[in-house]
Amino acid sequence: MSKKQDDDLDYETTGHEWDGIKEYNKPLPRWWLWTFYATIVWGVLYTIAYPAWPGIKEATPGILGFSTRAQVAEEIARFEDANAGINAQLASVELTEIAQDADLNQYAQNAGAAVFRTWCAQCHGSGAAGAKGYPNLLDDDWLWGGDIEAIHATIAHGIRNEEDPDARWSEMPAFGDMLAEEEISQVVNYVMSLSGEPQDASMVAAGETVFLDNCAACHMDDGTGDRWQGAPNLTDAIWLYGGDYETLKETVTYSRFGVMPSWTDRLSEAEIRAVATYVHGLGGGETAVE
Amino acid sequence: MGILDKHKVLETNATLLLVFSFLVVTIGGLVQIVPLFYLENTIEEVDGMRPYTPLELAGRDVYLREGCYVCHSQMIRPMRDEVERYGHYSLAAESMYDHPFQWGSKRTGPDLARVGGRYSDDWHVDHLRDPQSVVPESVMPKYGYLEATLLDGEHIGDLLATNAFVGVPYTSEMIEAAQQDFRAQADPDSDFDGLLERYGENVNVRNFDGQPGVSEADALIAYLQMLGTLVDFSTFTPDASR
Repeated sequence: MSKKQDDDLDYETTGHEWDGIKEYNKPLPRWWLWTFYATIVWGVLYTIAYPAWPGIKEATPGILGFSTRAQVAEEIARFEDANAGINAQLASVELTEIAQDADLNQYAQNAGAAVFRTWCAQCHGSGAAGAKGYPNLLDDDWLWGGDIEAIHATIAHGIRNEEDPDARWSEMPAFGDMLAEEEISQVVNYVMSLSGEPQDASMVAAGETVFLDNCAACHMDDGTGDRWQGAPNLTDAIWLYGGDYETLKETVTYSRFGVMPSWTDRLSEAEIRAVATYVHGLGGGETAVE
Repeated sequence: MGILDKHKVLETNATLLLVFSFLVVTIGGLVQIVPLFYLENTIEEVDGMRPYTPLELAGRDVYLREGCYVCHSQMIRPMRDEVERYGHYSLAAESMYDHPFQWGSKRTGPDLARVGGRYSDDWHVDHLRDPQSVVPESVMPKYGYLEATLLDGEHIGDLLATNAFVGVPYTSEMIEAAQQDFRAQADPDSDFDGLLERYGENVNVRNFDGQPGVSEADALIAYLQMLGTLVDFSTFTPDASR
């Protein structure tokens, strides 16, 4: 316990007194006071160095000439300059030559992975395995083509979007308006038979007729699809929306209309080529046929 | 020590201290807030800004009601990492018709200031219905009921009028045609020429949720798909001194 303060000591008090308890009026600690004064001086200097005081039309710019916009532009420019050489090279070589150049390929793969995780992963998954309605990019089943040129075109312009006139475009009709329900059941069973899914064998023969009359124009007589129209291969047991009876019936009745945005205005040519290289290198990339 | 002695008067008189504290805070507030209303760099004018269409405004109300701003900001800060990830940093003018603005202060989910056009409408429907179906690592709740809740747009004109009252330049023609424009935007088979005439060519007219009727999902997706798309950054040059 501290010793009781002697009331007779000659300290100045604030004059406040509650039940005989007085409040000393002692100066602030010197270190605290000087820190306080220093912050005032620092504050004044800060407003001189940086934009601060409002005027009639604009604020004082500060003698350091700082601006957030200039700073971010400068920082972006610094990284762009650092990569300018290799980006220019990436944007100008033949697409098929990127893989031939080890350094360029490595740069494109890494840059492409970063672009993919930022812009593509929300639909195609962070591991590129896709989801229902969003194609898996790891396999070799391509809707619009799997060589580097085709992948590049798909990324640059997208699919069935309204913003880019060069977008890939095709539209499966909703056969619910054209075929009887029985015919739809038949053709669904026929399609299931193409990939060996369990199906109602009694409907397959009738379904083949419906298929040849209505579907073969895009999906081809043998059901292997047509990449020029983005018509899926129906024989490989790889399904974008699902290969069970109910899902296929829904697909035939209402059709599907998968949209991919155009990236030309959002990404630079080098970034598009980088992500095309990345996707091409995920496992299913094909070699361009001359 | 004259001034310190005078200060003693304040320190020993609570009412006086209160009055003078209020005075100091008032002056500080005026100096900090008032210039924002007239300084040129805070009221930068940019091309392309237009008021929200009735459907987008209804979608914005859904956005507010569901508290989307609690987890999503709409403010891309001028930093390289944000610009690389989300696009051009946000301009003050891009929030000029927001009452209140949706800048937010916390990101549990990503920033949405430039989410417009980044994903397909189908993706938004899938994602609202079950976010984990497209982004397995997401912690966002499901909003499937939005597509099941139809909007009749009965009071949409009042909503526009209220916004006009606080300064959004909705014309009386826009307010009168609000219900009609509200329906037209979600129906590509409708006569939407008037809508485009009133709000400009960069209005998305689509059946956003792919289902008949105007649902809350239609409105919300219409709103999301236009966010950050109004200013054309291929022609806009930011003034670096700002």
